[in-house]
Amino acid sequence: MRATGVVKRFGEREALRGVSFEAGPGELVAIIGPNGAGKTTLLSILAGIASPDEGEVGAASGTVGWVPQQAALYRRLTVEENLLLFARLEGHRDPHASAAEMLELTGLRERRGEIVARLSGGNQQRVNIAIGLLSRPAVLLLDEPSVGLDPRQRARLWEFVSGLAGGGTTVIFSTHDIQEAERYGGRMLVLADGESLFDGSAEELREAVRREAPEQADRDFETAFVAYLHHRGH
Amino acid sequence: MRGVRWLLLKDLQILRRSPLQAVLLVAYPILIAVLVGFAISRGPEDPRVAFLNEVPPNTRINVGGAELPKSNVKEQICKRVECVFIDDRDEAEAKVESGDVLAALILPADLVNKINSLSTLAPGVPEVEVLVNEENAVKAELVDDRLTTLLAEANLRIARRIGNEGGRYLGLIVNGGSFELLGESIPILGLRTSARILKAVAPALPPRLRPSLEQVTEFALQARENLDVAKPLIDRLAQPVKIDKVVVGGESPPLEIFAIAVAATLTLAFVVVLLVAGSLALEREENAFPRLTRGLVSETGLLGEKVLLGVAVGLVVTLLMLLGMKAFVPLDLGRIGLWLLAILVAAAALGAAGAALGAAAREVRAVSLLAFMVTLPIAFLSLVPSGAVGAEVFDAIRYVTALFPFKPALEAITAALDESGQGIGGPLLHLAVLFAAYATIARVALRRFAAV
Repeated sequence: MRATGVVKRFGEREALRGVSFEAGPGELVAIIGPNGAGKTTLLSILAGIASPDEGEVGAASGTVGWVPQQAALYRRLTVEENLLLFARLEGHRDPHASAAEMLELTGLRERRGEIVARLSGGNQQRVNIAIGLLSRPAVLLLDEPSVGLDPRQRARLWEFVSGLAGGGTTVIFSTHDIQEAERYGGRMLVLADGESLFDGSAEELREAVRREAPEQADRDFETAFVAYLHHRGH
Repeated sequence: MRGVRWLLLKDLQILRRSPLQAVLLVAYPILIAVLVGFAISRGPEDPRVAFLNEVPPNTRINVGGAELPKSNVKEQICKRVECVFIDDRDEAEAKVESGDVLAALILPADLVNKINSLSTLAPGVPEVEVLVNEENAVKAELVDDRLTTLLAEANLRIARRIGNEGGRYLGLIVNGGSFELLGESIPILGLRTSARILKAVAPALPPRLRPSLEQVTEFALQARENLDVAKPLIDRLAQPVKIDKVVVGGESPPLEIFAIAVAATLTLAFVVVLLVAGSLALEREENAFPRLTRGLVSETGLLGEKVLLGVAVGLVVTLLMLLGMKAFVPLDLGRIGLWLLAILVAAAALGAAGAALGAAAREVRAVSLLAFMVTLPIAFLSLVPSGAVGAEVFDAIRYVTALFPFKPALEAITAALDESGQGIGGPLLHLAVLFAAYATIARVALRRFAAV
C-alpha cells in the first residue's frame, strides 16, 4: 500500500498536508495521533471512500478491505445474513462457504443466527471486521478497531489481527491509544494536524522522543509522546 | 443489477423483522379501506328532529275565501328528516337538551291563521319555532342548514299552491266557469264570453249607443289578453329563478369513485414516501452507505433499489386496498391494466420524492417527521376545490401541489378507476416529469451521504 503527498481539504481547513508512506505485505502499521489529526481521513482515502485533493494512493495488488470505526452492518439482520449479503454483493461464487469461513475465523459460528442488534459491542465489531475480511483482502484498513471493547475482547481482536498480518496481510490501523500502538504496531505513523511527524518503529519513536524532549524521556511512553508532539508545535 | 436484487431482498427481510412497520403497512390500508367503504356504502343518516304540530286539525290555508287543498307540509318534512312526534313543548325541550334529537320543530296553533292573514289588510307574520342545542358549532351549523332548507322548501310548496289557486281564479275571470261558495255553485261568465255576447248584441243597439258598447267590448278583449299573460307570471312568482346547470369543464367521476381514489392515493403516498425515505436514511444510520458504495453498488443503483422497494410494496398494498374496496363499491376490474399503470407510475414518482427527502434529511427520525410534514399538508391542499378559497390563494395552492406527486397521482388513479373523469395521459406525463426532477435532486443530495 502506498500513499504519496496526500492532501485533503475541507473548505479552508487542510485535514491532510502531503502525507506519504508505504506498507509492505505482513506489516502491521499503527496510525497514531490526537483527535483531529487526520487518521480517519487518511484511512478513508486509502479505502477509496474519499478522494484526495492532491497526491496518489494505491495498492500494488489484491483488494483493500475496510473496517470503519462504527460498525457498518445491518442491526436487524442476523450475523450470518449480514455476511451472506456482503458476500453476495461482492460476487462470491459460494457466498454460504465464504460466510461460514468468516464465522469460523472470527469465532462467531455459535452466534450466526443472532440478530446483530442483540450482540455486545465487541461482537458487533467482530462481525464488522468479518465483513471487511470477506474478500480476503491483501490490505486490511481498521479505523480505531478496539474502541468500546473490554480488555478480553481487545486481546482476542489483536490476536486475530496479528494472525492475519502473520499470514501476509498488510494491516493498517488507526488508534489514539499509544500503548496499543506500541504493543501491536510493527510500525508507527504519527499524524498531528494533518501533518506526518514520524514514520518508524516504536523503538525509533522512543529514540526520537529522547532527542526532541530529553526531560520527558524517562517518563512513561504516553507522557513522553505528548511532550514530543508539544515540542513539534502541536 | 445483481447488487440491487440482494439489497432489495435485504430491505424486505428488515421490513419483515420490524413487526410494527409490517403491521402498519398491512393494517393501515385495510383500516382505511373498511372505513371509506362503510362511509360510502351506508350514506348519511337522516338527522332526528322532534316534530310538534299544534295547528288544530282540519285547519286549511284559505285564499280569497276558498280553502286550498292539503299541502302535506308535515309529510314532506318527515321525508327529509327522521321525525320524532312529541306531545308538548316541554318534551321538545327535554329531547333537544338531552341530545336525543338534533332539533325540535314546532308549528304553533296560529300558524295557518297567520298565513291566511297574508291576503287581508292586516297581515300577520307566520312563524315556526325551532329549538336547538348549540353545544357544538358543527352540529349547530348542520341544524341551521337542514332546517333552513326544509322551511324554504315548505314556503315554496305553499307559494306554489297559492299561485295555482290564483291562476285558477284568473282562468275563471278570463274563460268563465263556476266555483263553489258556501255549498252553492256560482256561474262566472268570463271576459271571453262577455266580449262575444257584447259583439253579438251590438248590431241591435241604436247607432248612438254603439260606440260606448264597442269601448266596453274592446276593454273585455284587452283585459282577457292581458290576464292570459298574467297567469304564467303568477306561476313563476313562487320560484322566479330556476337553476339551469351546465357543465363547462372539470367533468368528474362519481363521488364514491373519487373517495376510493383519495383513500388509495393517500395510502400509496404515505407507504411509498415513508418507506423509501426511511430505508435510504437507514443505510446512513447503519453506516452501511460508504461500505456499499465502495464498488459494491453504485449510488444510482442504491437509489433505484429504494424506489423499486417503494413501488413493489406500494403496489401490493394499494392493490389489496382497492380489492378490499370492491366489497363495498362496484369497481370495474376490466380496467385493472390502467390501475396497475397508474399505481406504478405514481409510486415511482412518490418514491423519487421519498428518496430526495431521505437523502436530504439523512436520519430516520428526521426523515419520518419530514415525510409526514410534507405529505399530509400537500394531500389536504390537493383536495381543495376551485372556488373554495380566493383566486390568488387557489393559484398558489395549484402551483404548490403541482410540485409534489400527490395531486397528479390522485388524478391518474381516479382516471384509472373510472372513465368519466379526465384522461390518464396528462397526469402520467406530469408524474414522469416529477420522477425525473426528484431523482435528480436525490442523486445530488446523496453526495452529502459520503461526507466523512
